[in-house]
Amino acid sequence: MSNAVNEYQASTTPGRIANFVDTRVGMSGIVREFGRKIFPDHWTFMFGEVALYSLVILILSGTYLTFFFDPSMTSKVYDGSYVPMKGVEMSAAYASALHISFDIRGGLFMRQVHHWAALLFVVAIAVHMMRVFFTGAFRRPRELNWVVGGMLFVLSMAAGFTGYSLPDDVLSGNGLRIIDGVMKAIPLVGTHLSLFFFGGEFPGHAVIGRLYTLHIMIIPALILLTVAIHLFMVVVHKHTQYPGPGRTEKNVVGFPVGPVYAAKAGGFFFVVFGIIALMAGTVTINAIWNYGPYDPSPVQAGTQPDWYIGWVDGALRLMPGAWPWHWQVQAGGTWVLAVLLPMVPAAILLGLFFTWPWLERWVTKDNREHHILDRPRNAPFRTGAGVAGVTWYSIMMMAASSDLIATHFHVALNDVAYVLRFFFFFGPFIAFEITRRICLSLQRKDRELVLHGIETGRVVQLPHGEFIEVHEPLNEYDRYRLVNFNSPVVSPAQPDKKGKISGGERVRGRLSRLFFEDRVAPVSPEELEAAHKHHELESGSH
Amino acid sequence: MKALSQKRRHPLAAIILLAVALVLTGGLYAVASATNQAKADSEQNYTADDIAAGQKLFQSNCATCHGTSGEGTDNGPSLVGVGAAAVDFQVGTGRMPMQMQGTQAQIKPGQFTDDQTKQLSSYVASLGAGPGVPDKESLDTSKGDAANGAKVFLANCAMCHNAAGSGGALTRGKFAPTLMNVSEEHIYEAMETGPQNMPVFNDANITPDEKRDVITYLKAQESNSSPGGLALGSLGPVSEGLFIWTIGLGLVIGFTVWLTSRSA
Ligand code: HEC
Ligand code: HEC
Repeated sequence: MSNAVNEYQASTTPGRIANFVDTRVGMSGIVREFGRKIFPDHWTFMFGEVALYSLVILILSGTYLTFFFDPSMTSKVYDGSYVPMKGVEMSAAYASALHISFDIRGGLFMRQVHHWAALLFVVAIAVHMMRVFFTGAFRRPRELNWVVGGMLFVLSMAAGFTGYSLPDDVLSGNGLRIIDGVMKAIPLVGTHLSLFFFGGEFPGHAVIGRLYTLHIMIIPALILLTVAIHLFMVVVHKHTQYPGPGRTEKNVVGFPVGPVYAAKAGGFFFVVFGIIALMAGTVTINAIWNYGPYDPSPVQAGTQPDWYIGWVDGALRLMPGAWPWHWQVQAGGTWVLAVLLPMVPAAILLGLFFTWPWLERWVTKDNREHHILDRPRNAPFRTGAGVAGVTWYSIMMMAASSDLIATHFHVALNDVAYVLRFFFFFGPFIAFEITRRICLSLQRKDRELVLHGIETGRVVQLPHGEFIEVHEPLNEYDRYRLVNFNSPVVSPAQPDKKGKISGGERVRGRLSRLFFEDRVAPVSPEELEAAHKHHELESGSH
Repeated sequence: MKALSQKRRHPLAAIILLAVALVLTGGLYAVASATNQAKADSEQNYTADDIAAGQKLFQSNCATCHGTSGEGTDNGPSLVGVGAAAVDFQVGTGRMPMQMQGTQAQIKPGQFTDDQTKQLSSYVASLGAGPGVPDKESLDTSKGDAANGAKVFLANCAMCHNAAGSGGALTRGKFAPTLMNVSEEHIYEAMETGPQNMPVFNDANITPDEKRDVITYLKAQESNSSPGGLALGSLGPVSEGLFIWTIGLGLVIGFTVWLTSRSA
């Protein structure tokens, strides 16, 4: 029994307890496995974590709210302590939301924690997605995880929207009214869909209860499942890293998760919690008491969805209502194009978003694994396309606040719409071109730096009278970052086995040219050599 | 009977019916607004001196646009019958005299003293009966009911002025201004006279008691500190979104940079 001989004997009581647990659950094995995972350190890698911690806070604060919220649409007379609503008839849902805000200890704070955490959750996801996109972290082997992440983004919007709709005030009811309108615009099935969703004619008496089930059970369960898959894949794939000396496609340079990183992460959770608590404690979010109980007749000025739904609302606002045509088609039912067309940008944006890794792989024919990230400037086309997408999204989001832009900048509402319509169509192209050019110039600047060093600002006069500025060569470490990057070249359309160039291949070739034709190549060792010779000559000639 | 049912098909029948209906509603309206004015004018006792002084002020400040006797010109509407309330509101909030033609008369610091405003009001009131300046009783918020005011406000005003009274945009550069820090008197008069693009809410639409409730509600909104902390202008989700993308995200980025800059 060699086992008995080697048995570890702890000397302290806590040690013995820990050892007891460990020999039964094998915790140390798990810690050894995960604790040795290496996490590279860079601030842009932390937004996923921010989203994760916001999610934890959302679940905790949301659970607290479920103790007091009553998702019922039966009507009652409010008799709480908020005077301006005293004696007003309202749904039990709205009454309980007011009750939470004014009569439950810490209720308003928790509501605000929950809502601010929700906004931060989606912000963190969005920033994280942008980081992943612009650094090319979605490339093989991480394409599927990109899709899973995208699903999380969509789910988070669904979670946010269902939550926004629960208090049953005029604001949330207006949001549901729009959903009802969009549903009804769907040909053939629309009306039935709406009747089914609302359990009868809008607003009915069922929808809050149903949204509640979605909001506290189904969507959170899906989110947790998706998060688990997402994180599992992160562990399997290991983390990506920025280029740098000693960093290769085969290693990960950084700190092990335990203990340093875990301690930092634990601390970071409380930082995120602190930021959310600070906002919740000092800044109002969704002042439901102002809006009054939902009633289908009034619409209020300043009715907007939360920011992450804004782009869809904005697309609807940008659509001309009856100009120059009534935007309706009769074909096996009424097609209300004024409502259906604005849903097209969302479909295009999400479609491109989910398929981008494959699109890029198809154009570049690059099917290698990538663990070293691109600096955004070194992928000018991708960066341009990403900024174009973000611009398109932002224009639509801005359109959702067109009325506030009008009042706050003292311009006419109609003019805001005209300008935004222009940018809706042309903004992405303008943004693309500007971004691509900035990237290309940054790359040229990098080349300059590598070849000629840093301008020191020291001007010296040579014996024969010429003035030159002294350039200091880059050190090896800095140079490494600037010369070692992946720079795909144009790959023209290739004939297939039969010697024919297919239509698809021709498109691919053309796209490849578009992507890469004015690429700025990294400095080659020969160029560097030549440049050094040149500089030596210059300083050796006197 | 038969004769009547035949006449009913007479082509003129519809027109006659319409005329009767119009006369009836018109009559009702006249009765309703007459009660407005009756109440208003009885409370106001302007002296002949006021009117004379008002006329002088009017000639030198308003006549270019409104005509020498308030009959209106191409540059400004007729003021006959708009009543003292309209003048008190327009001049008291600084909208009149209008500085330049535009989509909407802008609020600016008032140019006239209270006495002068009263004189102008009395002059315009003398041109033709119209709603008068409200009495103290109608403005006494201690007698108003904020909850009922909230109901009336949300049903009648929030679509233009926002649920929290923080204002909103209308078409083509017109806008409904914020209602915070507007005096009781001016709120009442705005409802009574419907300045520019705002509809008139006469006493048949919103009774004087309800008007007082609305004022009470707005004053409560103004003086109650926002229960949830900073109100961000009470503009709803847009300012919240802006806040999270700037201050919120800024704080987060600050901490991430700080945490990763001190390596282990
Ligand atoms: C520059 C031209 C101009 C001047 C000067 C001017 N007004 Fe006006 N006033 C207007 C216009 C234009 C309107 C209509 C505003 C609208 O409907 O948008 C108006 C509207 C009014 C109204 C509201 C009428 C209603 O139907 O309720 C009153 C009252 C009024 N003016 C009083 C005055 C008085 C009193 C003065 C002088 C102190 C004055 N105005 C000076 C242009 C002017
Ligand atoms: C159709 C939109 C609309 C509705 C409904 C409406 N208003 Fe207005 N309101 C306006 C506009 C436009 C103005 C600005 C008029 C001007 O500048 O002369 C205004 C001005 C006012 C002012 C003057 C504010 C100031 O700063 O001087 C008050 C007070 C006011 N409204 C109160 C109300 C109340 C109370 C209600 C509900 C009973 C109401 N409004 C309903 C559009 C509206």
